[in-house]
Amino acid sequence: MTQSFLSVEGLTQRYPSSESGELTVFENLDLKIEKGEFVSITGHSGCGKSTILNVLAGLDEASEGVVIMEGREVSGPSLDRGVVFQNYSLLPWLSALRNVTFAVESRHPEWSADQVKEHANYYLNLVGLNDGVEYRKPSQLSGGMRQRVSIARAFATEPKLLLLDEPFGALDALTRGTIQDELLKIWAGTGQTIFMITHDVDEAIYLSDRILLMSNGPYARIAESVEIEIDRPRSRGSIVEDALYYDIRNHLVQFLTSRSKEFSGPSSESDGHLPKMVRLSENSIIKKKLMAL
Amino acid sequence: MTTLKSRALMLSVAILVFLLGIWELSIPAQKAAEELTEYEILMGSATPKAGVPPPSEIIIKVYEELSNPFYEAGPNDKGIGIQIGYSLYRVLTGFGLAAILAIPLGFVIGMSPLMYRSLDPFIQILRPISPLAWMPLALFVIQDSEGSAIFVIFICSIWPMLINTAFGVSGVRKDWVNVAKTHELGVWKTAYLVILPAAAPTIVTGMRISIGIAWLVIVAAEMLVGGTGIGYYVWNEWNNLDLTSVIFSILMIGVVGMTLDSVFGILQSRVTYQE
Ligand SMILES: Nc1ncnc2c1ncn2[C@@H]1O[C@H](COP(=O)(O)OP(=O)(O)OP(=O)(O)O)[C@@H](O)[C@H]1O
Ligand SMILES: [Mg+2]
Repeated sequence: MTQSFLSVEGLTQRYPSSESGELTVFENLDLKIEKGEFVSITGHSGCGKSTILNVLAGLDEASEGVVIMEGREVSGPSLDRGVVFQNYSLLPWLSALRNVTFAVESRHPEWSADQVKEHANYYLNLVGLNDGVEYRKPSQLSGGMRQRVSIARAFATEPKLLLLDEPFGALDALTRGTIQDELLKIWAGTGQTIFMITHDVDEAIYLSDRILLMSNGPYARIAESVEIEIDRPRSRGSIVEDALYYDIRNHLVQFLTSRSKEFSGPSSESDGHLPKMVRLSENSIIKKKLMAL
Repeated sequence: MTTLKSRALMLSVAILVFLLGIWELSIPAQKAAEELTEYEILMGSATPKAGVPPPSEIIIKVYEELSNPFYEAGPNDKGIGIQIGYSLYRVLTGFGLAAILAIPLGFVIGMSPLMYRSLDPFIQILRPISPLAWMPLALFVIQDSEGSAIFVIFICSIWPMLINTAFGVSGVRKDWVNVAKTHELGVWKTAYLVILPAAAPTIVTGMRISIGIAWLVIVAAEMLVGGTGIGYYVWNEWNNLDLTSVIFSILMIGVVGMTLDSVFGILQSRVTYQE
């Protein structure tokens, strides 16, 4: 078997806490992501999604376990792993444009100032920030605009792995749809690998190859990995007509509303294992067979 | 409809006129020479007595001095502009040297908890010492009154800048540092592109406090070391019993102090950012 693009082995994160001495956010987590995959993760607030993402980014060190990307252990952040932070993390003293150009400059130190600016403006344009808006400071932008600057910054550095923490959370439905499509276009064009946190089930189905379902913490687990076997390119209008769509959607909603609570407590096995693979297409074939009987 | 600003200005002027008026009226006019009794002449009180001058005299003095601020007529008779120039030179030199040391050191202390903890006791002990207490030691070691005055300014300017820089740098939001890290900015670029602008408002506040203290201290220091400067000027005029000049120089100390403060006020508003 060939090596995965990204592989997470035995990842455990504990924080010191006042009541019980230690808070184990998750334990012995295993995960593999292939090159070019679009993987989303969803789960209830506080289960540890951002914690995983920060470890993948190299910003936090896990208590135990390793993250291996392209055969090398992740230690510390890198431009190869671009992050869209949950709270945008723009530098408030720089204009939207400067917030993007500084990132481009550090990616391409050899570029001229004009080249950098053109590249940055291209991505700002893509997320609909132009006509002078790019010269405003973050404090003069709406929440959604700030989020888009943050997205443009991550796109513009063209990382091998994009880590997105609820990247569309603050956007209205229309803008959200547009930027989702831009994301898909960029992803299709570049062969980047994407790991995205989202609370939006429909968004996850529309965008992903695979959706990871995380159970509630503490001792959260990635309980299932649901394959989205809907052909690409997908279209927002027709995806809902796909026979699989509602099966997947129901499965996810059912997990989030009831089954996500079932996994609480330390796992019995000491060695971690990969999340259970779920293919609903097989289910529906079985269902159809059952109905035919 | 007048704005709040213009109404406040009008009220300020009214208060000024009112206070000056009371001052003017409360000072009895000097008696003219022909009105003096023989007794008074005998007792020597005919020579004009040193008393608090009325504002009108001070205004005339201000006009005279400011219309020729840079004259030089002997060691004890220099224009106010020259005296203030000497004081400013000492303040800016001492303050500048302090900034060159305090801001980088504050950066190091702010970035490194180890340095913070190990240097904290020194800072805590040295900071509350009145800068003038250093004067005898400075005079002995430096053997030069000019150098000693600058040293005293240096030592009093250092603490607010050092402490504020360390505080500002250590308080930079983790998110922003993370942005620098994920973009592989490197130490110098991170310092220049992220930490410095993030901490700048706090650092400039420290500089503003420092320059204010330095200006307070220079007057006292120059009274001690003598020779030149606005502090020496005040003391000299007091020895001459020229209260008009004393009050005039007090006024000038205030004006220069305010100007220094507003320069840093402008700098502060330049570096302040909204989150
Ligand atoms: N530095 C920390 N120290 C202690 N506990 C922490 C720390 N960071 C996170 N936690 C805890 O870890 C858990 C997971 O946090 P995390 O931010 O990963 O949640 P999340 O799944 O991203 O939630 P949300 O959907 O609300 O963003 C929470 O219970 C949180 O309180
Ligand atoms: Mg989160």
